[in-house]
Amino acid sequence: MSKILVIAEHLDGKLNAATARAVSAAAAAKPDAIDIIVLSDAPEAIAAEAAKIDGVTKVLAVARAENAHALAAVLAPQVAKAAAGYSHVFAPSTTFGKDLAPRVAALLGVSQVSDVMTVEGPHSFKRPIYAGNAIVTVDVDAGSTVVATIRTASWPAAASNGNAPVEALSLDATLPSHTRFVNLQQGKSDRPDLQGAAKVVSGGRGVGSKENFEIIYKFADKIGAAVGASRAAVDAGYVPNEMQVGQTGKIIAPELYIAVGISGAIQHLTGIKDAGTIVAINKDGEAPIFEIADIGLVGDLFKILPELESAIG
Amino acid sequence: MKIIVGYKRVVDYNVRIQVKPDGSGVVTDGVKLSANPFDDIALEEALRLREKGVAEEVIVVGIGPADLTAHLRNGLAMGANRAIHVQTADAVSPLTAARTFLKLVEKEQPGLVILGKQAIDDDANQTGQMLAALWDRPQATFASKVEIAEGKATVTREVDAGLETIEADLPAVITTDLRLNEPRFIKLPDIMKAKSKPIDVVELGSLGVDAADHIKTTHYAAPAKRSKGVMVNDAAGLVAALKQKGLL
Repeated sequence: MSKILVIAEHLDGKLNAATARAVSAAAAAKPDAIDIIVLSDAPEAIAAEAAKIDGVTKVLAVARAENAHALAAVLAPQVAKAAAGYSHVFAPSTTFGKDLAPRVAALLGVSQVSDVMTVEGPHSFKRPIYAGNAIVTVDVDAGSTVVATIRTASWPAAASNGNAPVEALSLDATLPSHTRFVNLQQGKSDRPDLQGAAKVVSGGRGVGSKENFEIIYKFADKIGAAVGASRAAVDAGYVPNEMQVGQTGKIIAPELYIAVGISGAIQHLTGIKDAGTIVAINKDGEAPIFEIADIGLVGDLFKILPELESAIG
Repeated sequence: MKIIVGYKRVVDYNVRIQVKPDGSGVVTDGVKLSANPFDDIALEEALRLREKGVAEEVIVVGIGPADLTAHLRNGLAMGANRAIHVQTADAVSPLTAARTFLKLVEKEQPGLVILGKQAIDDDANQTGQMLAALWDRPQATFASKVEIAEGKATVTREVDAGLETIEADLPAVITTDLRLNEPRFIKLPDIMKAKSKPIDVVELGSLGVDAADHIKTTHYAAPAKRSKGVMVNDAAGLVAALKQKGLL
């Protein structure tokens, strides 16, 4: 009998959409039950959101003052305890899940399957290695708990028409005080979230400066897109690091990805390979980005972007 | 205090790897091998902490076959005081690596263990977190800034939402993100000096580590190729193509 525990990711009292993507992966394993665990100082509103996700059997709400911030060292002992009775523990492959899930796995004495792209069976999964240049099939021994992180770009978010029961859960776990939250500096943006957006416009080194990036923002706003960036643009200080798309940044799968002034290093391509349609705008016709672009346009971005805006009308 | 640094050898990041036609693995024969880029950053950070007087000794640790010793010499040439080579012919899982590090931690009693956030071959991103769990100590993953004072590490972490700062009592495990620092280059005289620095070689089997692996890789495949794209001549052509696909 397989039962999957999905760890909810949330911030500022709101459930992160990556959680519903992890539920889709859980459903693909055809388990007998999918339960979501919400660990927070005030889990009620988050649990209510999680309860709406289609396919969820029940939501376990763990309320503890220590859970006010998502510190892996504090959350892991609780998840490991809650995992008793479950055959699988899934978390989204975000920085939250990557930080927490291996700590849970080690407490359970198992290795972890990172970045699950497809579920081949309850104990068989596909995942990328070598920056996505090879895809491996991994089989987990049937007798051991499967701990996995789910590559969010590979899975659609499960719909929210459900009405699962919410149960308060109290866990008898001693929590460490050796790790403490200090603060979180969030990049402020009114634009769509990079990881959930249907359209993304990204700028690279070719944009040239922080000031010039305004032209990217303006165009993105025109088409209602989120804004991303290559590592080169982040390292040059044009934009903050949370906008980085690539192997070491965010891995995304929008319907439309427009790469502007990005040459297309392997590291970057890894982050966008699953996009529906990739558009490249670059003045260098030999840039590697054109090898994977569905639609390419060679030319000066400072001339083309305003032209695009007027052509869209 | 002592700092232990994990120093994995991987296929160089510039190499375009090829999957073997029979799906049994990737081609590694004759391919250039280098330090995992995140581990170079880890070593650089440890050396800077030693230069600031925070640490006295930096130890690089590698787990792998007999010829890994040459790789560890690079870490010594970069500035590590000594190296430990845990020898094994088998590939090790992140859990086995974490259990191995724990044995060395128990023996060496470091104040800090710095590992890369992930190795660019298996892209697992697990070993540091697993070591911290088994050791029952704090973890500060994806670090882009580290300050050590009064028995505590204040670490800024690169998270999806932005930059998070946490405080961790030492000893602790830190894993490095790309923006933590710019690793130094190895100079020729340092390569000569590194030849006389000590490398302890221990057999993985002699450490009493449970190396059982319950996850098996059964098949390797090349990723699906995208179909060939089209070029358009101007902005109007691009807008027309996107409208045709229903994307605008």
